[in-house]
Amino acid sequence: MWDYSEKVKDHFYNPRNARVLEGANGVGDVGSISCGDALRLMLLVDPESEQILDAGFQTFGCGSAIASSSALTEIIKGMTLDEALRVSNQDIADYLEGLPPEKMHCSVMGREALQAAVANYRGEEWKDDHEEGALVCKCFAVDAVLIEETIRANDLRSVEEVTNYTKAGGGCSSCHEGIEEILGKVLAEKGEVFNPAAAASQPKPAPAIAATTGGGVSPFQRIKRIERVIESIRPQLRADGGDVQIVDVVDKTVYVNMTGACSGCQLASATLGGIQQRLIEDLGEFIKVVPASKQPVSLGAGG
Amino acid sequence: MSDIYLDNNATTMVDPAIVAEMLPYFTEQFGNPSSMHSFGNRVGQALKKARKQVQTLLGAEHDSEIIFTSCGTESDSTAILSALRANPERKEIITSVVEHPAVLSLCEHLEKDGYTVHCLPVDNIGRIDMARYRQLLSSKVAIVSIMWANNETGTLFPVEEMAELAHAAGVMFHTDAVQAVGKIPIDLRNSKIDMLSLSGHKLHAPKGCGVLYLRRGVRFRPLLRGGHQERGRRAGTENSASIVALGKAAELAQAHLEYENTYVKAMRDRLEQGILAQVGHAFATGDVSNRLPNTCNIAFEYIEGEAILMLLNKQGIAASSGSACTSGSLEPSHVMRAMNIPYTAAHGTIRFSLSRYNTPEEIERVIAAVPPVVAKLRKMSPYWSDNGPVGESGRAFAPTYA
Repeated sequence: MWDYSEKVKDHFYNPRNARVLEGANGVGDVGSISCGDALRLMLLVDPESEQILDAGFQTFGCGSAIASSSALTEIIKGMTLDEALRVSNQDIADYLEGLPPEKMHCSVMGREALQAAVANYRGEEWKDDHEEGALVCKCFAVDAVLIEETIRANDLRSVEEVTNYTKAGGGCSSCHEGIEEILGKVLAEKGEVFNPAAAASQPKPAPAIAATTGGGVSPFQRIKRIERVIESIRPQLRADGGDVQIVDVVDKTVYVNMTGACSGCQLASATLGGIQQRLIEDLGEFIKVVPASKQPVSLGAGG
Repeated sequence: MSDIYLDNNATTMVDPAIVAEMLPYFTEQFGNPSSMHSFGNRVGQALKKARKQVQTLLGAEHDSEIIFTSCGTESDSTAILSALRANPERKEIITSVVEHPAVLSLCEHLEKDGYTVHCLPVDNIGRIDMARYRQLLSSKVAIVSIMWANNETGTLFPVEEMAELAHAAGVMFHTDAVQAVGKIPIDLRNSKIDMLSLSGHKLHAPKGCGVLYLRRGVRFRPLLRGGHQERGRRAGTENSASIVALGKAAELAQAHLEYENTYVKAMRDRLEQGILAQVGHAFATGDVSNRLPNTCNIAFEYIEGEAILMLLNKQGIAASSGSACTSGSLEPSHVMRAMNIPYTAAHGTIRFSLSRYNTPEEIERVIAAVPPVVAKLRKMSPYWSDNGPVGESGRAFAPTYA
């Protein structure tokens, strides 16, 4: 069964605004081809202020699709249209205290419905440019279409390169067979053959210090190791125009700042999950990676 | 009120009598059956008994035709890969579009290695295209692998007839009978089936134990080589406690076969009719006149399966779904797509699979619980308005798909 947060369950069992909104003047109907789910978002917009006075939805979909729709309507009620358009799918996922990586597309569908509804209100035509494929890398939520396009656009030849460009395969590494398959397919189009030996010839990142049990490491060494893991991930993030910095380490929680492209990236939480996975594997203990904005000492911590 | 388990095609409870039978083999009877002392010998005797019990359930001619494995998937892989290695000049495989991933994924992988895989299509109630099958049988085919019963719909396939045809064409025949064994009578002695897979945990034995039936004289190449266990056909120290359990499970399944096909079947029929009588725009999928006695699969149109399961689970009812969102792959069930079930119905398919441990009281509770769940979700569905699909009231819902 999916590991849904309590908030997701609450919004599924008790959805907010699940109704046909009478008098709606902005309606967005979208569906996700990857899973077949579909959503109608209805907005009642004040023509004077462009404020969203009320919102309603109808969803044909799974638990997280219904919960994402419910969360979306709660988030945007009272916002102006321009404010609402700045709501990212990550905001929807955060509002629900996270979604499983396979279910992130449910929040993407919510965001698309919002864009479609605003376009409908403004009398514009909404077109979607986002094609979604089968999820390959579950640690960083990267799908096959993105990997394939990136390989083609950048003439990539090894799994390591794919990881550097897309982050796919940078976590638990169990999707490497899938990535090799995509590499083989794209290279075959050019009449080339994927050569795993070429990938192996690339220098591997220096192995971390011999694994020791969590208890045997001094606090100083432990922090050093956390730093080293984060450092090893930064080049991949920088390739995407983003970055990550450690702000604090409190017991088992590492607080980080996502900056640049990462801060607004739709996949920020998946990225955090991937970093967390690497830390857990390297340190051999459970580590939680949390955005610094959620650090309890700062009073601004949001729920 | 206790929870109601209607997901027995996924896995089953280990019968307490079976647990009692296997427990001594963890402690007192821990010997290695290959050893030359009484610790080993007693276990060897127990395995022999288990092999007989499975032989009886399958109607096999010899007990040496029973090879214990670790699961149904291992049995499937062993059978198919053995046929390919034993017939290196034959490069074709015949299977069906509705097989379990244990067969389909393996075949897709073999395609990459240069084999040609023919996936027989099915009609809209899941019946296999026999004319196409006859055409495809040739001396180029190394093996035919067809499931005895489909796990999602319970639809039975004419494997005995198909095995005869394969035999006449000189082609090996394997059946994945993981869902069928213990639910319907099987008489391998009087069939032309060369290999058959079964899985212990589908018939109240523990997980991690299966069987490959291998007809005497059928050319075979082991998957695992090593020690002489299973007469050299499956190396690796025997999972003796589980094998003992599987033997007992086979004996109990044999004893309950009539119960399964009368009482369990009657409960299944009552469940299906009870639900369909109350819920419109819902239908049973598969070949309902020719299916396992314990399985029914109902498509609830315009709503999604995972949402149905979550609401049922909240009431302590366990079933499963062919919806995209429960598969982890985001693709709706390949079985439903193969039968051409529309997206808006395939997404809302729910499989109820019973066992001899279910009671008529439980069935009545489920019949009462399902209609409000469906109504609640339809109220939320953009394809539904008030009393029916929106298409019928003239303003169809046609979303932009991304």
